[in-house]
Amino acid sequence: MAVDAPTDSRAGTAATTAQRRAEVVAALARVLPAHCILHRGEDKTPYECDGLTAYRARPLVVVLPETESQVAEVLRCCHVLQVPVVARGAGTGLSGGALPHEQGVTLSLAKFNRIVQVCPQSCTATVQAGVRNLAISEAAAPFGLYYAPDPSSQIACTIGGNVAENSGGVHCLKYGLTLHNVLQVRGYTVQGEPVGFGSTALDAPGLDLLPLLVGSEGMLAVVLEVTVKLTPRPPLARCIMASFADIESAGRAVAAVIAAGIIPAGLELMDRRMTAAVEDFVHAGYDLDAAALLLCESDGTAEEVAEEIERMSVVLRQAGATRLQVSRDEAQRLKFWSGRKNAFPASGRISPDYMCMDSTIPRKRLAEILRAIEAMEQKYGLRCANVFHAGDGNLHPLILFDANDPDQLARCERFGAEILETSVHLGGTITGEHGVGVEKLDSMCVQFSAEELAQMEAVKRAFDPPALLNPGKVIPTLQRCAEYGKLKVLRGLLPFPELPRF
Amino acid sequence: MDDPAAQDPALRRLVDQVNDARGRRAALDIRGAGTKPFGSRRAGDEPLDLQPLAGISSHEPSELVVTVRAGTPLVELEAALAEHGQCLPFEPPRFDAPAGPGASDTTGSPAEDDPPEPHGDAGDRAAGGTVGGMVAAGLSGPARPAVGSVRDHLLGATMLNGRGEVLRFGGQVMKNVAGYDVARVLAGSMGVLGVILEVSLKVLPRPPAQTTLAFDVGQEQALALLTAWRRQPLPVHASSWHEGQLRLRLAGARAAVLAAAGRLCSAHGGRALDANEATAWWQAVRDQRLAFFRPTAADAAAGQSLWRLSVPPTAPVLGTPGPVFIEWGGAQRWLRTAAPAAQVQALAAAVGGHASCIRPAPGSAAALAGPLPEVLMRLHRSLKQAFDPDRIFNPGRLYPDL
Repeated sequence: MAVDAPTDSRAGTAATTAQRRAEVVAALARVLPAHCILHRGEDKTPYECDGLTAYRARPLVVVLPETESQVAEVLRCCHVLQVPVVARGAGTGLSGGALPHEQGVTLSLAKFNRIVQVCPQSCTATVQAGVRNLAISEAAAPFGLYYAPDPSSQIACTIGGNVAENSGGVHCLKYGLTLHNVLQVRGYTVQGEPVGFGSTALDAPGLDLLPLLVGSEGMLAVVLEVTVKLTPRPPLARCIMASFADIESAGRAVAAVIAAGIIPAGLELMDRRMTAAVEDFVHAGYDLDAAALLLCESDGTAEEVAEEIERMSVVLRQAGATRLQVSRDEAQRLKFWSGRKNAFPASGRISPDYMCMDSTIPRKRLAEILRAIEAMEQKYGLRCANVFHAGDGNLHPLILFDANDPDQLARCERFGAEILETSVHLGGTITGEHGVGVEKLDSMCVQFSAEELAQMEAVKRAFDPPALLNPGKVIPTLQRCAEYGKLKVLRGLLPFPELPRF
Repeated sequence: MDDPAAQDPALRRLVDQVNDARGRRAALDIRGAGTKPFGSRRAGDEPLDLQPLAGISSHEPSELVVTVRAGTPLVELEAALAEHGQCLPFEPPRFDAPAGPGASDTTGSPAEDDPPEPHGDAGDRAAGGTVGGMVAAGLSGPARPAVGSVRDHLLGATMLNGRGEVLRFGGQVMKNVAGYDVARVLAGSMGVLGVILEVSLKVLPRPPAQTTLAFDVGQEQALALLTAWRRQPLPVHASSWHEGQLRLRLAGARAAVLAAAGRLCSAHGGRALDANEATAWWQAVRDQRLAFFRPTAADAAAGQSLWRLSVPPTAPVLGTPGPVFIEWGGAQRWLRTAAPAAQVQALAAAVGGHASCIRPAPGSAAALAGPLPEVLMRLHRSLKQAFDPDRIFNPGRLYPDL
């Protein structure tokens, strides 16, 4: 049954929506206790957006089920009524992946916050989807273990959201993304049938569907329980803070560290604008004369760290570092990191609003994209501060603007889109770890051909034939791409280097 | 460039052959070097030869990424990486060329050098398999628990779907969450979703130092030691247990390897193996060249198949009806047995794992992949339909109705 929405008058639409809401609420009330259903306007306000606050929508209903069977019933009920379902964790996502559907149910998994089991023998933890990322490491700490992926929102974001977005963090260069640290997920299909992907062994029979689920932004299934791999906590970590006189040499230093065969535990870059903003905020003693600062971390046993810090220092000096400071102790190491970890709030102090972009490029193109971003600052008349996971080539340019000025917002959006487009042209991608959501739908048209988008849509339909799970996210329609005026044509193989390029 | 196949004659021929097969509703048997005969092949399916689509498209050592075409011999890729001190960290197995004149013996006397030639005839491009076959089979070697699998290192892939379309998913960068991660699903797909044309792989520097320790212990004690070590910050890189000997490879920073080796040897009565002996051992394990992995004619006549059991590493000693070889800290257990498939699969399922038959005994109908729950099997069929609606690629190779 499709939503029967007359378009001739707003009043008519509102009446139909109210009628539809009543129908859906009545059906949900048969499977959920009353306190698990929010359908009055003000109760739903906190659910109108996620971390991408520029986009808002009010869902038909919010439900907060408490048991797995209730989730299954909600899904079956929505399937019968053909109501869209948007699953939601802590709502910290930065791309609007949890933006509600106005004709849909927002399915909050906040009450699934139980740590089911920590198994030190197998180095795994099984937790419900609503458990916070950091809570896993806290539960594992008594065993000398932790959960390695550490997105900067880790005190608030949930593992279910991490699975949906394939979240990264500052340590994923060495320890991998969410995908590399998740063994198994369990949940329900759009029809409300129980289903599991992966295994507590290192692989499962048949096709490996876990990589499809992880990062699928809630569009293929609803995940309720996740088994993650735990990592022995390294006994020691030390961090080098290196200053560079220009951003190009900092970019080259990043490539040089990797080329030397070193995989740092973290390798982060901040430009001068960012450093000044955070120093004002955290007083970490950053070198304010440097055009760029690199934070390069080593972790492991004492012997391992000593050896690696020495190798890193040599490479950084050769790459033109003007000053090196190595953390003496844990307190100083945390001080070094405090600015990086507070980059976003600190930006809030130097500008009324900022938009955080998230593209990845090959490391060797770092200097190139930073110069391009400088030129865009002139073009759009807006400032940009740069902080990023340099080791992965994952940029987080923070475009500073004032949202009260519609023209600034429009320029900011064009600025952001141009950064993404440039990243694709440099051989990268429009999103490294924040996801597509609704924010980057247009940019998907730059990265993928019509055939590739159609194949993704076919994957979506294989899991979710009626397209009820988080519809309208991640995959743009071809019509939308046509309106945006950019549709990638089919590409083939990479040309061999010896072939002429056009 | 509207027609991606126009740029490359080898790709053109593949696209044409796929479109032609589709028109005739004929099935294709996707082939690299033919070194991985496992999984059911249907007689009469037309071969789709990927070997002409070969070559390294791009290797940027400082990016830790290599992009390579599917038909490239694996040994060739490894040699190119070794020139820059890099490797495929997941150590994919390199199997023999299909049996024929000059097929080597099976006594497990491994080659000395690491890498690249697996053994035997260096001129035989088939030996060791192709990059496309490596990804499609999804097999990883001894370092898998420490570094991750083929899938984990697959950053992107260009593929040909059942509509004859050339599609690229993923990319050449480590972090990429644009759209569904279709590329990684191709790892271990046995070609049932489409033809892998080109892949981008994450590569790593070879560890600066490594050493292998040996401990004389029974199976139960070996599993207990592996479990104890798992939760410590040790540079454990590979492990094996067979016939009363636990071998443990440590790799990483020189100081860390030396410190850990000293500590473990004194605590558990181990000894360090000679470097050449150690290299030879791990290569033989990786490439399955030990006698254990090569059923003799007598074994085959007795109906013995080689099974791979993937189980949680903490699974106890399995009451297996035949000789056992343990890897991956206890998470991979090889079994040679004449027991019926259902019995072996039940054995694995009882501890939360699954079993696949890698080298079936002659006449055995054991399936490559274990059975799936109904909902998952339905998703497999829907995905097959989404990629290959006419069912032209490797039908039946992974599951009979896929």
